[in-house]
Amino acid sequence: MMVGLVIDIFLLALLVLIAVMVVRTGRLYAVIVMSGAYSLTSAAIFVNLDAVDVAFTEAAVGAGISTVLFLAAMAYIPADEKPSQNRNLLAGVICIGAGALLLFAVMDLPSLGDAMAPVHQHVAPRYLAESGSALHIPNVVTTVLASYRGFDTLGETIVVFTAGLGVLMLLAGATRTKRVKTDNRKVAAKTAKPKTNKPKSATKTARTKA
Amino acid sequence: MIEQLAGSWNYIIVVILMMTGLFMVIARANLVKKMIGLSIFQTSVFIFYISLGKMAGGTAPILDGNPDTLYSNPLPHVLILTAIVVGVATTALGLALILRINEAFGSVEEDEIIAAKASQSLARPKRPTSEAAE
Repeated sequence: MMVGLVIDIFLLALLVLIAVMVVRTGRLYAVIVMSGAYSLTSAAIFVNLDAVDVAFTEAAVGAGISTVLFLAAMAYIPADEKPSQNRNLLAGVICIGAGALLLFAVMDLPSLGDAMAPVHQHVAPRYLAESGSALHIPNVVTTVLASYRGFDTLGETIVVFTAGLGVLMLLAGATRTKRVKTDNRKVAAKTAKPKTNKPKSATKTARTKA
Repeated sequence: MIEQLAGSWNYIIVVILMMTGLFMVIARANLVKKMIGLSIFQTSVFIFYISLGKMAGGTAPILDGNPDTLYSNPLPHVLILTAIVVGVATTALGLALILRINEAFGSVEEDEIIAAKASQSLARPKRPTSEAAE
């Protein structure tokens, strides 16, 4: 327990260090790689807090897939953050105020690992006691995810499906406008008539001609 | 005093990380940095939930057949598994929106996008007059 606590304290301090570096760095590639390191460190914290399933999901999805998504998006956008209008003071005041209120609330929470905490008194003991004999799956997290709270997982699947649909629609729109633009360029190069079946490109060429 | 600090250390760090993420979302104009700020905020909430589920002397909630083994609470783990997957879905959607914004305004900086929008809405009513002049 003692070693676990020391590891916990160290990793959490490391997490704060990474977060501060992320805020201060302007080069976006460095920021993205650091956010991957942040996810991996938090996965290590989850292992230390007995949440092994969460840890490997965070390592695979948070540190893996999100980092890849960010890097893929960086292929299309500028690599550096431009200096912007200074809003640090306002943001700092808001964050310190909200943080102070949250710290005030946090002091009333049961301390880490307290067996008498309310969170350990409700349905969790029943899941731990009954799921083995009722469903014969040793991993209780799997049992709860797929069986006791199957509807949550169904809802999650719907959310992920909707997000995937949204991404596809947004990116399909992106390629369409690109195609229209290249059409325009071709049309402008040939100085030929715009295609009749594409009213959008027709109006655009008319506008550029005007 | 030190014992109390060690007991709530996780929660204090969670609040600090949460506010760092919020600060990034408010203070940085770059949309990619805003998204990363959101993911820092999100991960701090994950750590909060997992910390609540920790049981002193417990182990990972995988049954070993021994009735005396203490397990950590599996319920927060399940909730956070769902949240991680939903989080990556929202990240993907946000990045797709950023790509479209970059295509429409040629920038991912909030100030420049606002300026570009303002000049667009100023330019639009002028267009008929310029055409009339020609």
